[in-house]
Amino acid sequence: MSKPIHILIGGEAGQGLQTIGFIFSKALVRSGYSVHVHQTYESRVRGGHNTFSIRVGTQKILAPEERIDLLIALNEESLAIHRDELSPTGFMIGNSDWNRKEKNWMGVPFKTFGEEIYWNTAAIGVAAGLLGLDQQRLGKVMREVLGEEKAAANLKVLEAIYLWLETQPFKMDPLPPVSNPSPRLLMNGHEALALGAISSGLKFCAFYPMSPSTSIAQTLIDWAKEMDLIVLQAEDEIAAINMAIGASYAGAPSLVPTSGGGFALMVEAVSLAAISETPIVVVIAQRPGPATGLATRTEQGELWFVLHAGHGEFPRAIFAPGTIEECFYITRKAFELSEKYQGPIFILTDHYIADSYRDIDPIPVEALSFIQPGVDPNQIEPPYLRYRITESGVSPRLLPGLSKHLVVADSHEHTEDGHMTENLKIRPKMVDKRLRKAQGIGSEVSPPTFLGDEDPEILFVCWGSSKGSVQEATLRLSSEGKGASMLHFSQVWPMVPEQFLHYLKRAKKVICVESNATGQLAQLIRRETGFLIDHKILRYDGLPITPQYILRNLD
Amino acid sequence: MVTLKDYGEYKTAWCPGCGNFPLLRAIKLALVKKGLEPHQVLIVSGIGQAAKTPHYLNANVFNGLHGRSLPVATGAKLANPNLIVIAESGDGCIYGEGGNHFLGAIRRNIDITVIVHDNQVYGLTKGQASPTSEEGFVTKAQPDGVFETPFNPIAIAVAMHAGFVARGFVGMEDHLVDLIVRAIDHPGFSLIDVLQPCVSFNRINTFKWYRDRCKPLPPSYDPYDWEKAMKVAQQWGEEIPIGIIYKNDRLPYEDRFAPLKKGPLVGQKVDLPKLRKIIETYA
Repeated sequence: MSKPIHILIGGEAGQGLQTIGFIFSKALVRSGYSVHVHQTYESRVRGGHNTFSIRVGTQKILAPEERIDLLIALNEESLAIHRDELSPTGFMIGNSDWNRKEKNWMGVPFKTFGEEIYWNTAAIGVAAGLLGLDQQRLGKVMREVLGEEKAAANLKVLEAIYLWLETQPFKMDPLPPVSNPSPRLLMNGHEALALGAISSGLKFCAFYPMSPSTSIAQTLIDWAKEMDLIVLQAEDEIAAINMAIGASYAGAPSLVPTSGGGFALMVEAVSLAAISETPIVVVIAQRPGPATGLATRTEQGELWFVLHAGHGEFPRAIFAPGTIEECFYITRKAFELSEKYQGPIFILTDHYIADSYRDIDPIPVEALSFIQPGVDPNQIEPPYLRYRITESGVSPRLLPGLSKHLVVADSHEHTEDGHMTENLKIRPKMVDKRLRKAQGIGSEVSPPTFLGDEDPEILFVCWGSSKGSVQEATLRLSSEGKGASMLHFSQVWPMVPEQFLHYLKRAKKVICVESNATGQLAQLIRRETGFLIDHKILRYDGLPITPQYILRNLD
Repeated sequence: MVTLKDYGEYKTAWCPGCGNFPLLRAIKLALVKKGLEPHQVLIVSGIGQAAKTPHYLNANVFNGLHGRSLPVATGAKLANPNLIVIAESGDGCIYGEGGNHFLGAIRRNIDITVIVHDNQVYGLTKGQASPTSEEGFVTKAQPDGVFETPFNPIAIAVAMHAGFVARGFVGMEDHLVDLIVRAIDHPGFSLIDVLQPCVSFNRINTFKWYRDRCKPLPPSYDPYDWEKAMKVAQQWGEEIPIGIIYKNDRLPYEDRFAPLKKGPLVGQKVDLPKLRKIIETYA
């Protein structure tokens, strides 16, 4: 087993980091390696400092890494920013014009390979060559991603770089070759989420652009024609969620992607979905707040906001996928629950997982089921009551216009037939009916993932996107003989103490690990179970939690 | 054969003499005239006295939030374009709270009929100024009179080349019913701003005030003439033109979506083999 290698490409916006980083990652996955991508960028279109970081190895890569083995600098500023992060054996690649004297410096005469727009290809070619990546394989991915025409000139640069590299004394340990690599997918969190939604039966999405949520809508738009979806940009977030509620009422499974500020505008309509009992899935891609905060950085700061969003009392479920696979499958569960319990269901992602590309197993799509909204109108005896009071709280949902039955939905308190009422005897019955759905939702909670020693010295408690980093930190501690375990929540509400409280009680020390300043999950656990987690490892500088960050902050 | 009886008769929460009564009746008459059965129709409303209207007739109903009837109507129409979708609410709901949605819906040209109960005052919240209240209009909340100039929905809609722009008056039933029928027939966004009195809170713009001023446009009037329409849209005061002020033949929004050519979104299945192929592109 060889150690993973961490390659960081640094440069400014507009230098093509993302494109070339993506091509490189895809070629690595095709060659049988596991990758984990972490991107950082500033809230601007040109300039600034961006990074595309790839951790690659022969074993499954779980998390980002702070130490850099290979720093590819597309501008000199990147060297200054990242040289201190180099591992003792790491080295730097950049423009030979910068005349660096460091021992671990490899200057590439970029100018001789073409105009500046090709330097990203040249730089990646050097890295690929040093790591022993097959030139043809890299070239093929380049042609697929850029298209034949645009790829042609880049392929020439690649060819020249590989030839030049043979004349150079510089060598590093290549990646061990993988024979007969099994097919893997390269996907980021929001792509997986969008595809999971399509597989569930999603037909409608309305959105207003906001980082980092936009990539969900964009992925849906990319496949809208082929998969018969309507995805539209609304005039504002309030319109977006109300459109989705209208579409869902009329029978199109609907999703609304947004971020904290946009969700703040949607909150009244969340309450509307609840009282009108309209299925809707809302994704909140978290970024640091309050207000505009840090637009292109990551945080897990919206748990309490989403838990309490919406006036009035009503049931809800909140998911927080921790891996790319979970982004796909948990989204499916969210759609199923929203249809079954007819109300708002939430998914919390964040900037980090949104565009973190990773390799995953192929998805057996044809075995999946999808939602077909509503019940058969022929089963309904007139008069049809949209809000018929039932034991489960779930009333048979018909769709308007598909039968002679009239479907009346209302934001006021209403009678069973959907018409507004001020009959105060009906009011508690309707409140109870809606709240009874919480029992059903509560009976289907995905239990948290527990990994490691059942009686550990240290139990890390986490949720959402930090799963991989916490898992790796746990594994590292265990390999050093320290009993460590992880408890990860991919569903943060409702909370079922019987699913996890015994783990908390058996650990010598429980530490919550969260990307926020107040330990929101720890507070929620205290509220729901009485169990106090007083050790916290929190990060709120806008960067994702890494295994090193956790280990560094262990007291 | 659909009759007025099919649309029912219900007790309302309105003041006696309210302008909502004749408008409710006109909507029912128009639906009957169109031969539409209640289950073919979806009425979406917001909040306010006017927004209670769909509770007083038989149809599919979505009574949502204040100001948000147009987005809900848009979503429902896109999910199932076979539905005849009518959004109706008051001037405060559509032009005030929902102003951005009003602009958005006009730009899209989605095939919905928007009926605005315009009585130039807030009723349900008891008499504050509305976006269409005249400058100087005195209320309890605006004791020194309204400082703002009134919102001119007709001029805005014409300026933005809305598909169908009309003004009606509840005191002229046949005329109003005909406008609603034509608005439903129009493929694209249609606005009918309906002047009506508020007997409790607007003592200026009374039934008589409107009746004395509302004048149907002459039969020779060409609603396709945008420049003329812009002029007519400015007319207010001693004479208020009613009728179809402007229309055009812009493509309805829903016609632009390829999936809808296969039928409504509702009922469409997921093509899993196609999705498998898409997912394979991520390899």
